Amino acid sequence: MDLAYYPGCTLKTRARNFEQSALAALAALGVNLVEMPRWNCCGTVYSLAEDDLVHHIAPVRNLALVKQAGQGKVVTLCAFCYNTLHRANLVMRDSPEKRTAITSFMDDVPAYAGEVQVAHLLQVLRDDIGWDKITARVRKPLKDVKIAAYYGCTLLRPQSAAIDSVERPTVLQDLVRALGGTAVDFPFATECCGAFQVVNNRDIVNERAKMIIGSAVRNGAGALAVSCPLCEYNLRQAQATLGQGNSGFTGLPLVYFTQLMALAFGLDPATCGFDQNSPQTQTWLRQQGLVS
Amino acid sequence: MNSANGSFTKRALVIGGGIAGIQAALDIADGGYEVILVERSPSIGGHMVQYAEVFPTLDCPQCILTPKMVEISQHPNVRLMTYAEVQAVSGSAGNFEVRILQKARRVDHAKCNGCGTCWQKCPQKVQSEYNAGMATRTAVYVPFPQAVPAKPVIDCDNCRYIHYQRFVAEKRPGKKPMECRICEKLCPVGAIDWEEKDRIVTERVGAIVLATGFDLMPIERIPEYAADPDVVNGIQFERLLSPGGPTAGVVKRPSDGRIPKEVVFISCCGSRDPEHGVPYCSRVCCMYLAKQALLYKHAVPDGQAYVFYIDTRSTGKGYEEFMQRVVTEGVLYLRGKVSKVSRDGDRLVVSGADTLSGKQVEIAADMVVLGMAIQPANGIKALLTRLGVAADDYGFVTESHHKFQPLETSVDGVYVAGAAQGPRDIPDSVAQGSGAAGKVLVLFSQGSREAVAAK
Repeated sequence: MDLAYYPGCTLKTRARNFEQSALAALAALGVNLVEMPRWNCCGTVYSLAEDDLVHHIAPVRNLALVKQAGQGKVVTLCAFCYNTLHRANLVMRDSPEKRTAITSFMDDVPAYAGEVQVAHLLQVLRDDIGWDKITARVRKPLKDVKIAAYYGCTLLRPQSAAIDSVERPTVLQDLVRALGGTAVDFPFATECCGAFQVVNNRDIVNERAKMIIGSAVRNGAGALAVSCPLCEYNLRQAQATLGQGNSGFTGLPLVYFTQLMALAFGLDPATCGFDQNSPQTQTWLRQQGLVS
Repeated sequence: MNSANGSFTKRALVIGGGIAGIQAALDIADGGYEVILVERSPSIGGHMVQYAEVFPTLDCPQCILTPKMVEISQHPNVRLMTYAEVQAVSGSAGNFEVRILQKARRVDHAKCNGCGTCWQKCPQKVQSEYNAGMATRTAVYVPFPQAVPAKPVIDCDNCRYIHYQRFVAEKRPGKKPMECRICEKLCPVGAIDWEEKDRIVTERVGAIVLATGFDLMPIERIPEYAADPDVVNGIQFERLLSPGGPTAGVVKRPSDGRIPKEVVFISCCGSRDPEHGVPYCSRVCCMYLAKQALLYKHAVPDGQAYVFYIDTRSTGKGYEEFMQRVVTEGVLYLRGKVSKVSRDGDRLVVSGADTLSGKQVEIAADMVVLGMAIQPANGIKALLTRLGVAADDYGFVTESHHKFQPLETSVDGVYVAGAAQGPRDIPDSVAQGSGAAGKVLVLFSQGSREAVAAK
């Protein structure tokens, strides 16, 4: 199965490990993510201003290119890209006036009215591939590995963009279980990591990380599965700060869900780009016998 | 209306045996006309008998309601049909034909003396509807001690012998269930009747009062609050506060039976919330949560009660004074919404906003009580369709005129009372029950279809 793939900037820089592991794990499932030939920035943040339609041009242009290539669906890995593309898509589909205004700014792509389906990889795994097929591909089940699934916000909010139940999603836990691991429930799975507050107020992000990670630890998690590069970045940076000195904060290893897939499928850990993960994650992977 | 066809029947049907229906039935009966009161559960009493004490007077609802329930059962003009449902209605004002399904009780009430042996010995335990799941009942049961009638029914979905009979009849594979029949063996008067079948009763009535009441929105509809045994709805907490409840009025939290030292009450759970399909105000939650907070303080004097609210609505007589009393007795009010209730070890963490201080707050609590939205009683939509009675977007009966015909429905001769029309407290439900009865009496006093048509 070939699927049009929109990577976004982070997957090519700070989160190469996310992309590499995803491509490898999907190839093992017989799914080929075909990167779009001419993608541009997703728009990064969905514009909330009603009259700020110019900010929708970036995501809409990407979607128009997908349509131009004759594809009905585009898959994202980055949760932020998913959110921005998906919501811009709804604007183009449901708001004729806004569609006309946005279209008038674009003359290098064909007319677009929300025809393309924007999917996050987790939806593809759940809806198109299915847990049974994923379980069938597992060679090294994640036995005895207790993983808290952390969603962050952009896969679930607003409701119109939610890939699962907004308040009690299960798709990541279902994946962990399909891979033979133990999914640990904790109450802050859908709390915001602090997102872009990291730029001007790191304290907010540190506080959020302390709350999220602390709760996952108290509920017995050995690691945190993440799905968003910004969450991963914020939690990783915050854990490094929180763990300094004698704070007593121990933190949790962070892994992308695609890295867990690649490991459970028995793929070469080299496909996972673990050098981009924190030293704590690398140590944990060795301790768990997941990498040698 | 055509006067040529049919007579004018001066007998009324009241559907629903809660306080609104009870009041309507008693007033019509006292007015000198026959009334058939149909209630789908095994006893009349409705939600009111579930409450611990009622605002703003804090009197005991069982004490004030059970005399009316007994009066219903003894009134010469009232025919009480419990465990029965209206299946079909045809005709028009003065001349309705009603088909009523009398569900099989499998206990012959003519023989039964209500001694209680059967429900004391029945081994099959089921969640008690009366106790809102906070306790169990048996498969042969009266819903609560003051039930009217005070004679049991056998719940065929849960009775072991009925399961056994079906198992044998359908030749199902696997291990045979127990045959049981303990109630039959022990009944001193031989009242158990396994052969009793559901039956249809057809009655002619001239007027109908709809008093079908309400149910609460299920707490699962708000997943960010629910999914913990120590998170309960308002009716469940009433049962924990009630001296006749499963904990004999000692407030114990469901998870471990400990007495909760901090309880958070959350208003507007689903109500005033278009996202959950209920933009309207449920009207009674502000008051009953205040009352519950106060009763909790009385039961656990060293405990702390918190109430999250959007704004308090205390518009009934004596209500605002009551609210002031609750505040002065130490219940803490926080103006804001709760975003999440989560478990942290032994306790619950309630995360919300206090918009008066402009701060995010987190309260560690032992129990959380949700003031869930009031919705039309479950399954009532089909009944309204059968009657041809118009309902609003939420399923509440639409009155003929918002101001001047608040008790009339879209069908002549069919009236509405209580929470079937929208969220109502007890005084309003009683007033509407009496009002609907008055409408029925006016109709009957006109005495003919010509007179009705001329109006």
